[in-house]
Amino acid sequence: MDGYGMQNQIACIRRSLFDQGYLDEQFIQLEELQDDANPNFVQEIVTLFYTDSTRLIQNIELTLNSRPINFSKLDDYMHQFKGSSSSIGAKKVTSECAVFRQYCAAGNAEAYISSLLPYIYTD
Amino acid sequence: MGMAIDRDDTKFHVLAVDDSLIDRKLIERLLKTSSFQVTAVDSGSKALEFLGLNNNDADDDEEDEQRDSNTESVSSDEDQDHPDLGLGVNLIITDYCMPGMTGYDLLKKIKKSSSFKDIPVVIMSSENIPSRINRCLEDGAEEFFLKPVQLSDVNKLRPHLMKGRSKDIDSSHKTTSTRLITSGN
Repeated sequence: MDGYGMQNQIACIRRSLFDQGYLDEQFIQLEELQDDANPNFVQEIVTLFYTDSTRLIQNIELTLNSRPINFSKLDDYMHQFKGSSSSIGAKKVTSECAVFRQYCAAGNAEAYISSLLPYIYTD
Repeated sequence: MGMAIDRDDTKFHVLAVDDSLIDRKLIERLLKTSSFQVTAVDSGSKALEFLGLNNNDADDDEEDEQRDSNTESVSSDEDQDHPDLGLGVNLIITDYCMPGMTGYDLLKKIKKSSSFKDIPVVIMSSENIPSRINRCLEDGAEEFFLKPVQLSDVNKLRPHLMKGRSKDIDSSHKTTSTRLITSGN
């Protein structure tokens, strides 16, 4: 019964990720691409996403800490980040990237970062 | 490095071009699920290299004609497109936004090449910009997919490939040497 309990828990967590808007139907597309011949596809692509995101976030941080801020580079990183998060169905990340890019377009990265501070410290 | 080629001559061979590792993995899985043979590369120049097209071709229109004809007179298998050898590419699907050579630049180079201009090219982009889409379609792209690409998009590829295959069947009755000469137009 332990196995069943665990599966149930996982199913609940998965459902809540959709309910809370963290994941969208693109993630379901990924799950549908997984089969017996490729049983680890979702795990592999999500792992790739985490590695890639880490790299991108580091680059974004570096760019944000330099003066003057290179907005074109920043936009480039955000474009990449938005692209990969959209490809795996990470809905919230994708929309945050879109908002950030709008601030960047207005040359206003600092205002955006201040608006993010509550999120950063509660995580 | 993701250049594994599975030599099944009955499958269509798609060359996928995308600088994003995640998108490459996704498009590869989508294509393989649809029974395509896939080669995935991370840039337009690697794509041209894979096709056997010199990256410097199509930079200068005048030199182009000359280089192409020189290449053909000393033609080796790598420079020619031979679908029946399994290395032949039947369709190219490429991301639009890539550093260096964009998907649009790649499209133009393919369409300028006498050996490869008939290979259908499909462009993918995360950005829905009508002028961009129209320009690609007007300049020879068969389809334009908005990312994230889905199975339903990949299913649209087969008709473009079937068109090419019926052309191949017609020419398959000719001898190899004849084909080398006739493909050099």
